Amino acid sequence: MKIPYYPGCTLKSTAKNFEDTTVAVSDALGIELLELERWNCCGTVYCLASDDLMHQLAPVRNLIRVQEMGFDRVTTLCSMCYNTLEQANQLVKEDSEKLEKMNSFMDQEEDYKGGVTVTHYLTLLKEEIGFENLPVKTPLKGLTVVPYYGCLLLRPEEVSIDNPENPTIMAELLEALGACVVDHPYKLECCGSYHTVDHKDVVCEKTYSILSSAQKRGAEAVVLSCPLCEFNLDFRQKDLEKELAPVPVLYFSQLLALSLGLDGNLGFDQHYVNPEPLLKKKGLLR
Amino acid sequence: MVEEPRAKMIKVYIMGKEYEVPEGLTIMKAMEYAGYRFIRGSGCRAGFCGACGTIFRKKGEYKFRTALACQTTIEDGMYLTELPFVPANKAVYSIGELTAAPATIVSLYPEIARCVSCNTCTKACPQDLQVMDFIQAALRGDVEKAAVLSFDCLQCGLCAARCPADIVHYHVAQLARRLYGKYVSPRSPHLEERNKEIEAGKFDEEMDKFTKMDLEELKKSYTERDIEK
Amino acid sequence: MIPKISEDTTLLEKVEELSGEKVYSCHKCGKCSAGCPIGAAMDLRPHQVIEFIQADDWTVLNSKTIWLCASCFQCAVRCPKDVDLTKVMEALRLLILRSNIDQIEINKIKREELEKLPPVALVSNFRKSTS
Repeated sequence: MKIPYYPGCTLKSTAKNFEDTTVAVSDALGIELLELERWNCCGTVYCLASDDLMHQLAPVRNLIRVQEMGFDRVTTLCSMCYNTLEQANQLVKEDSEKLEKMNSFMDQEEDYKGGVTVTHYLTLLKEEIGFENLPVKTPLKGLTVVPYYGCLLLRPEEVSIDNPENPTIMAELLEALGACVVDHPYKLECCGSYHTVDHKDVVCEKTYSILSSAQKRGAEAVVLSCPLCEFNLDFRQKDLEKELAPVPVLYFSQLLALSLGLDGNLGFDQHYVNPEPLLKKKGLLR
Repeated sequence: MVEEPRAKMIKVYIMGKEYEVPEGLTIMKAMEYAGYRFIRGSGCRAGFCGACGTIFRKKGEYKFRTALACQTTIEDGMYLTELPFVPANKAVYSIGELTAAPATIVSLYPEIARCVSCNTCTKACPQDLQVMDFIQAALRGDVEKAAVLSFDCLQCGLCAARCPADIVHYHVAQLARRLYGKYVSPRSPHLEERNKEIEAGKFDEEMDKFTKMDLEELKKSYTERDIEK
Repeated sequence: MIPKISEDTTLLEKVEELSGEKVYSCHKCGKCSAGCPIGAAMDLRPHQVIEFIQADDWTVLNSKTIWLCASCFQCAVRCPKDVDLTKVMEALRLLILRSNIDQIEINKIKREELEKLPPVALVSNFRKSTS
């Protein structure tokens, strides 16, 4: 199947490993990801002001790109991109007056007609392939992991990819890959998000709560779908070396690629806490 | 006595004041006809240096338009002002100390993360460049794309003047092009080879011979040169 | 820093206009504050912020709370009265930002930090703390 793919800025730089492993997995599963030819930063956060149309332009412009490609569906990996694109999409689908104003302002683009659906890659995998049908070659036996959803995949309810208070989609995927999945109460707790720029201490508190909770429940690694959460949970461990034993933090696509037996660079060098020692210890890395 | 033909006169408004100027002039020539003398905001007069960025409205319209004064013909009722300088932020750096890493540009111009993709810059560009696209490329660290898309930039500053996020597109683009030229674009090995040959004196004798020739000998040498080598 | 608003309006009216939310619906059950991930670092808890708005007390704009909010929507999801507190917090932030008062000086961020931070962090931070 072919589907337009919106990468978002970060998947082209600090989270290139997230993109590369997903592309490799998609190739193996017969999903052709068609990167939007011309795309712009989605804005990363949905604008919450009722009168602000300018900050809605960025996500809507990307939806026009999908429309230009002749498709009615787009997939994305980054939780923040997913949330921003989908919330903006729902806004313009419900408010035709705002959409008309935006279309009129973007006079160099064709009008957005509201016909695009934004699907997160996890949903795509579940619906189009089915987790139980994944051709697992190297089951992640002996690896205990904890799924971390963060906020924007699950909230607000209108855009949630699962039950906002009790999601199971990532756990289902990881179990299908053979991993031992444990639950933890901080799986949907915000990591501190953009405060990592100027309120690092707030983020470090969250990193500590989330990771220590996971460790207490026996998790050996944390699995997620957002490059900002990854940065906060992984790189901010640098300031918690005294308080916390290192915990590898991985994108779900990296474990997916590993379990599907895909060769090639799984991008472990882009992490702060190197996951290789753990994976080698479990006999999962060749 | 033959009457000299007179050009048709039209009205233009320069900084709010009405002037009658002959039609067919460029904005720059019209301003000079009206009596303005340029000591700033005028350069090559050929659409290349970017000194004469101008903001104007057409008669009966509300839209602000932008153009180069030396390249744009006046129209009746045009309401204009030149913008001879844009007080834009310029990062201080030493190109030799940088790398073409994805985060270099945003680390020197963090304001590019404020881009809201409104496309105002693209609409303002007198060179029809895809300005929003090269800023987006710079934001995601694609130095090559930013350099290539901004190649014809004249640094007129009209984009920066209109940007709601206070980005200085032309300085960002210049950094991208400098990084690209120094660190990304393929090197020319034959150029480096040739430089070494010159420094080793391989061509000294020949150069000496030519500089000592008189004009006739030089001309003869040129017309009889071996082209097929 | 309480910005000068030229209109003759109550804080409640202004917040309801910007956010589109019915702030008066809140009955201070505290579920938002209980679920807030940043609550412990805040000077005012989320439900207390609502109290200030309902009381037309503009000094709420001096609180650290509105800037510590991470826009995670946990409060919005849990509110039994369907008040989207995320939008209310944004409205309070905008009252300050739109008066040209930024919360972060972008060009004072250290270059080494800017070189390491993912673009998503910079874009989202600047969206929330600059105008």
